[in-house]
Amino acid sequence: MTEAILSIRDLKTHFQTQAAGFLGEKKVIKAVDGVSFDIAPGEVLSLVGESGCGKSTVGRTLTHLEKSTAGQALFDGQDILTLSPAQFRPLRRDIQMIFQDPFASLNPRLTIEQTLGEPLFIHGLAKNWAEARVLIAETLDLVGMAPEVMTRHPHEFSGGQRQRIGIARVMILKPKLVIADEAVSALDVSIQAQVLNLIKKLQRDSGISMLFISHDLGVVRHISDRVAVMYQGEIVEMGTKHEIFENPQHAYTRKLLSAIPRIKTRQVNA
Amino acid sequence: MILQSFKCNLFNDVAEGEVSGRSLWQEAMLRLRRNKAAMIASAILALLIIAALFLPAFLPYGYEDPDWNAFRAPPSIESGHYFGTDQNGRDLLARTLYGTRVSLLVALVATFVSIVIGVSYGAIAGYMGGRIDQAMMRFVDIMYALPYILFVILLMVIFGRNVYLLFAAIGMLEWLTMARIVRGQTLAIKNREFIEAARASGRSSAAIIFRHIVPNLVGPVVIYAALTVPEIVATESFLSYLGFGVQEPLTSLGTLIAEGSDAMEVLPWLLWFPAAFLVLLLMSLLFIGDGLRDAFDPKDR
Repeated sequence: MTEAILSIRDLKTHFQTQAAGFLGEKKVIKAVDGVSFDIAPGEVLSLVGESGCGKSTVGRTLTHLEKSTAGQALFDGQDILTLSPAQFRPLRRDIQMIFQDPFASLNPRLTIEQTLGEPLFIHGLAKNWAEARVLIAETLDLVGMAPEVMTRHPHEFSGGQRQRIGIARVMILKPKLVIADEAVSALDVSIQAQVLNLIKKLQRDSGISMLFISHDLGVVRHISDRVAVMYQGEIVEMGTKHEIFENPQHAYTRKLLSAIPRIKTRQVNA
Repeated sequence: MILQSFKCNLFNDVAEGEVSGRSLWQEAMLRLRRNKAAMIASAILALLIIAALFLPAFLPYGYEDPDWNAFRAPPSIESGHYFGTDQNGRDLLARTLYGTRVSLLVALVATFVSIVIGVSYGAIAGYMGGRIDQAMMRFVDIMYALPYILFVILLMVIFGRNVYLLFAAIGMLEWLTMARIVRGQTLAIKNREFIEAARASGRSSAAIIFRHIVPNLVGPVVIYAALTVPEIVATESFLSYLGFGVQEPLTSLGTLIAEGSDAMEVLPWLLWFPAAFLVLLLMSLLFIGDGLRDAFDPKDR
């Protein structure tokens, strides 16, 4: 655990609400309030909790989509929270994010090739389209899609296919840390398993560290090494997958676990 | 003929579409082609444009030369003055075609100006948000509050009467509404995940605005632009009618109608023909705008 790739200490992200009316008071919402954890290289840490507990905000803060209020996040020994947008830009290649809604996360006006080529050119991984197309084809193959889809537009694909393209957009940069924000929650249950297995396989094959944000404990159990349970902006319990699922300590974790829907046939035997 | 060639295009596109995949733009165009009213309107507009551009060269009379044998001549086929002549013996058909040309040019230039300014302004205000947005949109509100006729008159007084100034003045007024529409659309788009994905992969704000936001505004912008064109033609006609528009001997549809209405009782054709042209032009532009709206709107995918 000493050489953690990402080490977060006392992270706080607060939002100010719009003042009600011209002179109304502004309220502070403490979405993330003092969160600390480490992710080792090649490890999958899941962040679970109910809606609104701040788990997505953690991910969004780490990718500079939200501003942090206080705390530290050391990535490879460098505090990423205090960097200016320009200083953070080269690091974006290493820290990538998979988004939740495959219908909203692809620009409907761009072809798949344009969508996947964009990050390559930003980070100078390809100098021209010929080079880019080779990389795009490789990555599409990696996520189980034919290279022929390059010239198509997002609306021609199903949700599962789109999410694969979203994953390809992340994988094409060969990141070190991937933040998956509810990456399979918007998909059909049957497709969820496929995409989840794909994410797990890619993560294992390339030794990526992953922060997997989800409210779905079944999914979390399948993919993670360690689990952190979040409640109202704070981590209430953290441990290996087995510790959390077999022997939950905190009352909230137990409540969460008991809320997993199960098929009732087994109760007859018990 | 024209309709037939459209049909051919339709089938070609369907055949090609199955191979390479259609963009949203192509699908919208396909839907537009299925809209009969819009297609007939485009055919009429195309005829009007072709006539305005090329027909004057084949006419026996110029738009500014008097025919000394025919003052105030009613329309007739034998004399060659198909639309008649005005009080100075100038051929009305030639003048109407020139007027159409000027009106369309004003409309195109002013629409272009309003799109360029309005889209950039609105997209920047919407994407940046916060104080920048507030400041930019309050400026638009102030411009709205100024009566535009006063604005145009002031411009004319300062710089003198000039067709290009008219283009600029109308364009400068029309971009305000465009900016508001674009800002609203930008606000709706900017929180979509693909914008965040672009930010997460390190795109600069400028690149996000012009590569990710502006292309997604095509629908509303095209629709509004198509509806702006007739508005500008009408505004130009109105300004010309008031005497702020184009100068003699050059003419526009508005000027012609203004002159025609003075002589309505004795020389009615001076009013009827330019008015008919204006109505045809406005109607076809409106139908095309309507068709575009239907083509882009049905489903946001």
